[in-house]
Amino acid sequence: MSELVEIIAKALVDNPDKVEVKEVEGEQSIIIELKVAPEDMGKVIGKQGRIAKAIRTVVKAAASKEHKRVMVEII
Amino acid sequence: MRVLEKSGKTVDDAIKASLEELGVTVDQVDIEIIDEGSKGLFGFGSRDAKVRVTLKYDAEKEVKKFLKDIIRTLKLNVDFLIYYSELESTMKIEFFGANVGFIIGHRGDVLDSLQYLCYLVANKERTDDKLIHVVIDAENYREKREMTLRNLAERMAKKAVSLHKNVVLEPMAPYERKIIHEALQNNPSVETYSIGEDPHRKVVIALKK
Repeated sequence: MSELVEIIAKALVDNPDKVEVKEVEGEQSIIIELKVAPEDMGKVIGKQGRIAKAIRTVVKAAASKEHKRVMVEII
Repeated sequence: MRVLEKSGKTVDDAIKASLEELGVTVDQVDIEIIDEGSKGLFGFGSRDAKVRVTLKYDAEKEVKKFLKDIIRTLKLNVDFLIYYSELESTMKIEFFGANVGFIIGHRGDVLDSLQYLCYLVANKERTDDKLIHVVIDAENYREKREMTLRNLAERMAKKAVSLHKNVVLEPMAPYERKIIHEALQNNPSVETYSIGEDPHRKVVIALKK
């Protein structure tokens, strides 16, 4: 699942080599932490979080295919 | 964006060498001549020509790679075709295969998200205002959805008239609301407007006074 977040983030930002994705597995859900260069924050969040929402929708759908709960956090 | 500077005996030589190194054809790059070069006089003071070659952003190629990567990671049994018109700045992507249900998602939420992400990828390096319009479809979902919404609009308009009450529909995306508004714009007994803020904005079918 973190690979999916990485693919999407890298396609959107100007500094793909600065994209870091960490997966933290909890008991009931997986938290995926996405870190990008400060100047790229807008590229993964978007106006009113529109881009972040699109990323979360795709990841959520992918996770439910594997009966998992995934949360994407942008830090 | 990849940029390459190269020298050669003549401008043509320098361009040719750059294209070979990048492995592309001349239509895929922007060329800037930095130095025309000079043959010099009697073999003295000759100077090499120098060019700067910039690889153009290939929107279709990038979107294709983006979607292929996603499909591969999720091990989905789907494929797609891209119809890109540079002239009209439109890109239509059609999905097909066993897992299109996943690509569509719940009421098209995945389809809409992928469409928006592809739009961002396609327009990543655009500095002019000619943005590429991207539409993603899978098994005619968009057309079918439009039919469903038109039918819903008609049914709810009848309901509003028979109950003598305004009918509020559930929240919809902007282009879905547009379909409802259009479906009822010539209806003699009702009018439509939207209330609330996206993503919870919804259409109200109200009786005409």
